[in-house]
Amino acid sequence: MAQNNDNNANVLHPHITPMATYFKVALALFGLTFLTVFAHQFHHQMGSWAAPVAFLIALIKASLVILWFMHLKDDTKMNRFIFAIGFVFLALLFGICAIDFATRVPEFSPL
Amino acid sequence: MAKTTAHGDNYINYEKGLWSWLTTVDHKRIGLMYFITVMFFFFIGGVMALLLRLELFAPNTAPNVGQILANGDVYNQVMTYHGAIMVFMVIVPGIPAILGNFFLPLHIGAKDVAFPKINLLSWYCFMAGAILAIATFFTTKIDTGWTFYTPYSIRTGTATALMVLAAFIMGMSSILTGLNFIVTVHKLRAPGMTMHRMPLFVWSLYATAILQMLATPVLGITLLLLAVERFLGIGIFDPKLGGDPVLFQHFFWFYSHPAVYIMVIPAMGIVSELITTFSKKVIFGYTAIAYSSLGIAAVSFFVWGHHMFVSGQSETTGIIFSFLTMLVGVPTAIKMFNWVATFYKGSVEFRTPMLYALGFMFLFAIGGVTGIMLATLPIDVHFHDTYFVVAHFHYVMVGGTLMSLMGGYYYWFPKMFGKMYSESTARMSFVFIFIGFNVTFFPQFILGAMGMPRRYFDYIPAYETLNKISTVGSWLIGIGFLFGLYTIVHGLLKGEKAPMNPWGSKTLEWQTPSPPPHDNFSVEPVVTAGPYEYR
Amino acid sequence: MSTDNHAHGAHTAHVAHHFKTADQQYSSGKEGIWLFMLTEILMFGAIFVGYFYYHNQYPEMFAEGAKSLDWKMGFVNTLVLIFSSFTMAISISFIQKNQQKKAVLALATTILCAAIFMVIKYFEYQHKFHLGLYPGKFLDAAKVGAEHANLGLYFGFYYTMTGLHGIHVMIGIGLITWCLLRTVRGDFHSQYWIPVEGVGLFWHIVDLIWIFLFPLLYLVG
Repeated sequence: MAQNNDNNANVLHPHITPMATYFKVALALFGLTFLTVFAHQFHHQMGSWAAPVAFLIALIKASLVILWFMHLKDDTKMNRFIFAIGFVFLALLFGICAIDFATRVPEFSPL
Repeated sequence: MAKTTAHGDNYINYEKGLWSWLTTVDHKRIGLMYFITVMFFFFIGGVMALLLRLELFAPNTAPNVGQILANGDVYNQVMTYHGAIMVFMVIVPGIPAILGNFFLPLHIGAKDVAFPKINLLSWYCFMAGAILAIATFFTTKIDTGWTFYTPYSIRTGTATALMVLAAFIMGMSSILTGLNFIVTVHKLRAPGMTMHRMPLFVWSLYATAILQMLATPVLGITLLLLAVERFLGIGIFDPKLGGDPVLFQHFFWFYSHPAVYIMVIPAMGIVSELITTFSKKVIFGYTAIAYSSLGIAAVSFFVWGHHMFVSGQSETTGIIFSFLTMLVGVPTAIKMFNWVATFYKGSVEFRTPMLYALGFMFLFAIGGVTGIMLATLPIDVHFHDTYFVVAHFHYVMVGGTLMSLMGGYYYWFPKMFGKMYSESTARMSFVFIFIGFNVTFFPQFILGAMGMPRRYFDYIPAYETLNKISTVGSWLIGIGFLFGLYTIVHGLLKGEKAPMNPWGSKTLEWQTPSPPPHDNFSVEPVVTAGPYEYR
Repeated sequence: MSTDNHAHGAHTAHVAHHFKTADQQYSSGKEGIWLFMLTEILMFGAIFVGYFYYHNQYPEMFAEGAKSLDWKMGFVNTLVLIFSSFTMAISISFIQKNQQKKAVLALATTILCAAIFMVIKYFEYQHKFHLGLYPGKFLDAAKVGAEHANLGLYFGFYYTMTGLHGIHVMIGIGLITWCLLRTVRGDFHSQYWIPVEGVGLFWHIVDLIWIFLFPLLYLVG
């Protein structure tokens, strides 16, 4: 990996994303933002589905940013792993807190 | 870079003057700066510990020696500073920032860590945080204990917010160190130094760095929320506004339990080095030891709730955590068995570092087994917040981390300073520390089983004898460390010049002069075999 | 460091003494940045965990809180931040292609967008203060006519999350300005751009967090 000491390793060959891709991604992000707000107009009809829909759209937007703007699509496996592991451990923190909350003996709160 | 002044031939005299130290990006010098500062804080924390034990020498009603500290508030403050200083400023940075910084690049044949400037920045973060923490002592002080549990930490009229910010800043320093180590291990290994040829100390630092990266940010935000809570009363941890103090404990222990392994995994790495070197034998089960470090790191994230068995988390969660906690015993025992197996048919040499390694194994075994006891939910309900817990975590943190830290210092002293220490005073120091430690903390197991609660200013007369023994033990430890200090100072001033490899060790740092030159190796090493090719 | 001539003319990478090749230096730097991003995700993520924890406990109170926010402000801010993320991304492409002037323009636009974001934020906060919607214990439920006595908890989250995000925007402004000045000075070119890429990744994280904050605070009740 880092061992090869020939001249090639001293010249960087950046992976340049074409401008058109950035435009498309930005347009998609704008579009999805409008979609979020549009969907919000129907949140009374959607009821308990309103939140998951909003998060689904946010998740798609986040993936676009991560994969194209942050170039994780073309990055090394290690960097992808590093970024992903953060979410895994957040899920762990959330999961156990949720288990605790869900299995507590209910007590009446005046609030 | 292009200085015209003549450079010395090793890292200590490469450049001269205080300024050259304060602006250095050399990992060895930064390690040494950590050494000096951490030892200073260790001294302060140690004096606090002696004070606490002195207060507990007799019940408050006893004449003359009954009450040393002015009142219970002062006791709480001293107890808090002892805990916070020892945890955040001594044991957490102790091994990674001092010995890790110094030896990680040498171990893998690199010229420096991946980001030398960030390494220096981490020292400045550490100092900023540490000075802020000490500064709170001159304001209203703090009295929450090092755990900062809410809601007390929200209400108490002390400088908790400042202390918490200090811990946040020191956390940043810890993150930067961890970040540096991971990248260094991934990218800067010498030709031929594959992952499976790395010394076990490097493996342990690598596992520690992963913990530092994954756990510390959560502590950071928790402490930040606590500080904001105090300034703005946002209510997240305040039951008055419907907040949940148990959530604070979840967040806090999500860091602070892995932090226990941040303290002890590198200690295990050092012990692995010491045992193989002084047995003159290839370590038994290299792969098992290497991966058990990662195993402990992974498991450590699933066990934090065992600190909260009686805190109001649900019983279901308690049961889950009780079982999961038992899992930690598996990778730990793997290490223990492999070390013991390494002795078999080895030519064991009882030099001071080896004594510390053996001391570690003895004390850590006690600490570990009592840990399994405390992990058992029904037993913990009885032992929780008693001296049994105090004894347990001192056996792990002091008996584990500090023992191996001292062993590491003696082992690498010739390499760091180019001088030999005096074996006789070093052994004397070990004997006092080891015996003193057991005299101090073993009675506390019994006290805990008898029901003496921790963090109390006073006790009933029934506990008096064992407390007296414990306090005498603390003096023995103090004497032991004085011998240690003498050994170091004497070694620095009058020690013989150290050869390149006084212990006949096989790892890379011993294949360069003592002390190492500025660039670590005059010729880049090429590795062709594993780290412990003794026979 | 290799001094051999190669196809890239005047531009060569600056390789620090402890690295062997520009490639090694670049990939190390990149990995370091990603590790730092990991800590950012975990840090912000923990507050999100707290948010979900309490949202689950007091859904109606959170709904009341979300209703009192103006989603239009958040909406405009989302668009501004996405656009700034876009200009940040293209600035790196420009530097990689040695088009420094365009890169400077793109970076300046990014800073401008960040400033607009903060100004909108400022007016939003001011409006909240005007209505007496302070965080936590400072929110007088009777005075603002809140249905839930602990509405302050929602605003505790609102101010902490947007405040911490705002601090990141400010830090981002500082960092991007630093990149801009160094680009003007000609430090960055087709062989050396890692600081801009690092700051860029930081900026995208800031955007990423806002993408989640917007529906969380403004829309979902």
